[in-house]
Order: sequence, then structure tokens, then C-alpha cells
Amino acid sequence: MDWGAIFTLAVKELISPITATYVLCAIGLSVHFGYTGLLNFGQAAFAAVGAYGLAIGILTFHLPLLLAVVFGLVFSALFALVLGIPTLRLRADYLAIVTIAAAEIFRYFMTTIGFAKVTGGSNGLSQFGQEFWDLNPFPDLDYGFGPFTYRNDEIFVMVIAWLAVALCAVLVWLLMRSPWGRVLRGIREDEDAVRSLGKNVFVYKLQALIFGGLFASIGGMIFVLNLSNVQPQSWGTTFTFMIWTVLLLGGAATVLGPIVGSLVFFFVLSITQGVLSGLVAIGALPFLTDPQVGQIRFIFIGLALMLLVIFRPQGIFGNKRELQFNV
Amino acid sequence: MSNQISQGPAVPGCKKVDPILVADNVKRQFGGLVAVDVEHVEIPRGMITALIGPNGAGKTTFFNLLTGFDKPNTGTWTFEGKNLAGLSSYRVARLGMIRTFQLTKALNLLTVLENMRLGAQKQPGESLLAALIRPLWTKREKEITAQADDLLKRFKLDAKREDYAASLSGGQRKLLEMARALMSKPKLVMLDEPMAGVNPALTQSLLEHIKDLKKNGTTVLFVEHDMHMVRHISDWVIVMAEGKVVAEGPPAEVMKNPAVIDAYLGAHHDTDLGTMQKKGN
Repeated sequence: MDWGAIFTLAVKELISPITATYVLCAIGLSVHFGYTGLLNFGQAAFAAVGAYGLAIGILTFHLPLLLAVVFGLVFSALFALVLGIPTLRLRADYLAIVTIAAAEIFRYFMTTIGFAKVTGGSNGLSQFGQEFWDLNPFPDLDYGFGPFTYRNDEIFVMVIAWLAVALCAVLVWLLMRSPWGRVLRGIREDEDAVRSLGKNVFVYKLQALIFGGLFASIGGMIFVLNLSNVQPQSWGTTFTFMIWTVLLLGGAATVLGPIVGSLVFFFVLSITQGVLSGLVAIGALPFLTDPQVGQIRFIFIGLALMLLVIFRPQGIFGNKRELQFNV
Repeated sequence: MSNQISQGPAVPGCKKVDPILVADNVKRQFGGLVAVDVEHVEIPRGMITALIGPNGAGKTTFFNLLTGFDKPNTGTWTFEGKNLAGLSSYRVARLGMIRTFQLTKALNLLTVLENMRLGAQKQPGESLLAALIRPLWTKREKEITAQADDLLKRFKLDAKREDYAASLSGGQRKLLEMARALMSKPKLVMLDEPMAGVNPALTQSLLEHIKDLKKNGTTVLFVEHDMHMVRHISDWVIVMAEGKVVAEGPPAEVMKNPAVIDAYLGAHHDTDLGTMQKKGN
């Protein structure tokens, strides 16, 4: 087994734009769940709304890139409104059911042949990234050293992705130490108490839902710009559950939690893939085949999520005293 | 039966000289059960009014209705002449009518100080956009922190300032909830069983706090089962039974009222009241 290669691959995974996408979605979810107590199980939909908004804005409405990004964000805010107005009056557990359903509805809606002209149906959309790649200020060279050598395009999307992460993390940090953040945390603890103190709880919950959704939408945009296409099947419930794992791993009501959670998650995922594949290749695991390795990792993710929730609900960074599960 | 609070004799639903809260025909049904059916009741301004009654009399439901936490089937009520019927709970609170809960709602995983700050009104930093720009809200934040520290000292919670509310004892949480309610400088404080679960050592200080409220011009309406407390601090007592107001009056007179003894105190009222009185003396 080539430990060097396994390790290199894992480190590359750490800084990839995909990891940044998950960080952004997890930051959004931490606004929803960690700070406000909203059990959103439809975070994949917010990412998908951003991704499709961007692609449709460019392909169907021929918007310039920046306007298409704004279009995607507006689309995301509208989605949050449509989802939130009828459901935010519900108790936390009902919200979870509704959000998971809404995410699936959105995904099927995008897959439907009837709208294929706009959404691309099950084939998804592509060819919308040209303007993005044209913005690349990095000269057409290879960057980095040894195994960590990247094309200028790869560097560009990585820089954009991690800049977005930094920006969003600072934004959340600023907001959560403000009185606005205090109201959100109050709502997480007991919304009736906050109501009795004269705060319009519904509006705060709606703001939190929109705000956290926007982060996921930005994440979704980066995800599809990186791949240069949008596929409806990317945004299934697995995506949402992986974001939850990332968030709970890092610590739900923290700024650094989603970032570190995502780094650890993808590092470990990559290492296990490498090690298991290596073991299968040398015949140490006769009961496994190579394609099964990819799947067994997700069994481990499920297991890790369970262990995490049982033994360390506050995550890596969470304050044990502050963050228990209070659903 | 003369007094300075009511106009004319103290009968159920009597008019007050200076009411702060007036309720008419407030009715709430849960299926076939009529939980609250109050024809007319007025709460006197600047006084401490006790709302008493046996379990299931509809006291807490009446509280919930008045503060917008529940919707009545019929009824109107006004606070300082402003119509409150149909108003959501947070608007009621903003008008200066703040309640506490029977099951204390301390915000457990916020610190004591944060709990207090949350109680303050008119905070510019509570709007999403202003929250991002710190200079817009630091001044108000300092003001309310000073106010919170002052209240915490009065309620002897200042040593717990930085602790999570979850670490407080049941009695301390009651104190915190009450102190938090005062952060908004309310005109009317509605306390739902402020003494429930509070140990006797704290009871006295809670009573003093309630009397202080009156001294500062705040009207107090509270639900309580502790007869000693009712007798000791209230200026006026309203008795509910089976959803209706069955008696009203100054505490000493109400306790003698046969309707009250019947509805509330039950057959063993003599022994009960006797021991309570002894404790009071």
C-alpha cells in the first residue's frame, strides 16, 4: 500500500472546492440549527436552488455572471420564504419533516421532463461557466509543487471558494455576537420566552432561515462552477446528511466548527477510501470488492454520526455546557 | 364593604377607580370544556392584584389569553385604553405588559447576563442589518448592561452574571425570569405562580421585590396558591372558579367570603388558613 499517495490524496481533499462547498452549507446549517434551533433537513435544496439559479440565470435569462449570482441568491431567499412562512410556526420536529420533503420536491421538480428546457431534466445543465473561467486572473501555468500541482483554473476556483468561506465565517461571527444573534440563541432555548419579551420570533426565524440558506446557495454555486455542470442527483438527502455530519462533527453553534468539521470529515473519508482500497488490492479483505469500498465508507459515516451524537453532541469545538441537543 | 380601589361595593366584575386592564366577555373553550368565561373584570392600576382559584379554574389560561399566547373564542380587552384582542404576544409585551410563566422559562444555555439583556426593548442591534455594524448598538448595549447589572444586584444574582442560566437553582431561575421581565420597564407585570418551587429563604426576598415593583409604580397581577403570600402583599384579590370570576375584594374580606371558601378553600379551610396565618405572624 502506498501510504504517501493515500496521505497526499487526503490532503488534496482538504483544500478542494468540494470541501469548501460543504463548509458553506454547514455554516448555513449552523445558523439554522446551531444558533436558532431550526431543524432543517433540506439544506441540499438551498444549495441546489443556488446552483440551478446560477445556471438558469446564465443559460435561460442570459444574465452576466454577477447578476446570475444575485438571481440565484434571490431565488434562494424566495425559496426560504415559501418554505418558512407556512412551516416556521410548526414545532421543531415537524419542520424537519417538511424541509426534507421540500428538498425532495425541488429535486424531482428539476428532474421532470416537463421543465427540461429550463432545468435540463435528469441530464442537468452545463456550459454556463465560461464567463467565470474568463475572470481567472492566474496566468495559464502550473502552480504548487510535487503532487500538489494545480492548473490555474483549479487554483482560481479554490481561491474563490475559500474566500467565500472566510467571508461567510466572518459574517456569522459578527452577527452571532450581536444582539441579533442573542435573540436567535434565545429562540433556540425557548421561543415563547423570547416572545414574551417582545421579540417577533417569527420574523427572526424567517431571517435565520433565509440567511443560512444563502450560505448553502453560495456553496452550491461554487460546487457547480467547479464541476462546470449541475446534476439533479447531486442534491439528494445524502448531501444533507453529510452536511449534518460535518456540522455535528465540528460543533453546531460555533464559527470554526463547520470549517474544521468539514476538513476532518473529508480527510478521514479520503484516508479510509485509500486504506480500504489498498487492503482490498492486496487481498487482505477477501469479503470486499473495490466498488463496495466506496459504499462501506458511508456506513462508517452513519456510524460516526451516531457515535458523535451519543458521546460528543457538542462536536470538536462546541462548548459542552452550551451545546447539548435541545430539539 | 368600602375601599379605595373599586367604585361601589366589591362584587365580581366591579368597576375600578383607575383600571389599567379591562376585559369583557373573554371566553375560551377547549372542545366541550369552558376553560375561561369572564364577563367583566378590571385590574386596578398601581396595585398588587392576586388572581386565585382552585386548580383548573382557568387562571393560567386567562393569563395566556390576555397576553396573546392563546386566542379566545370571544372577548375584548384593553390595556391602558388600547385594544389588545387579537394582538400577537410580542406586541402585547412591547406595549408594556410583560408576563412570566408557571413553568419557568429561563433561557438555559444563555448566560444570566444575556438572559437579562434579551429582556430590554428598543435595541438597534436586534435588527439584522444594524447588527453587522457594531458602533450602531454598543451605546445601547452598555446602557442595558448597566441596567441588567443593577437589577441582578437587587435580585442577588450578580455573582452568577456569567454563568449559564441552566446552572441556577429553581428559585434563582424564578428570580431571573422576574428580573428579566423588568428589563423592559413594564407597566404591568403578570407573574404566573412566582412562588411555586421557591425555597422559603428566597420567598421573603421575592415578596420584597414584588412590593418594590409597586413602589416604583408598576402594576402587578399574579396567580398564586400560597395564601400567605396573597394575604401578605396583595391589595386586591380576584377569585376564579370554573372559568368565572366568583369574588373580588381586599384580601381580608375575600378570604371570609362564603363563595370563596366554597369554591377554593374547601372543607378544611379552617385548619389550612389557621396554620398559614400563624406562619404569617
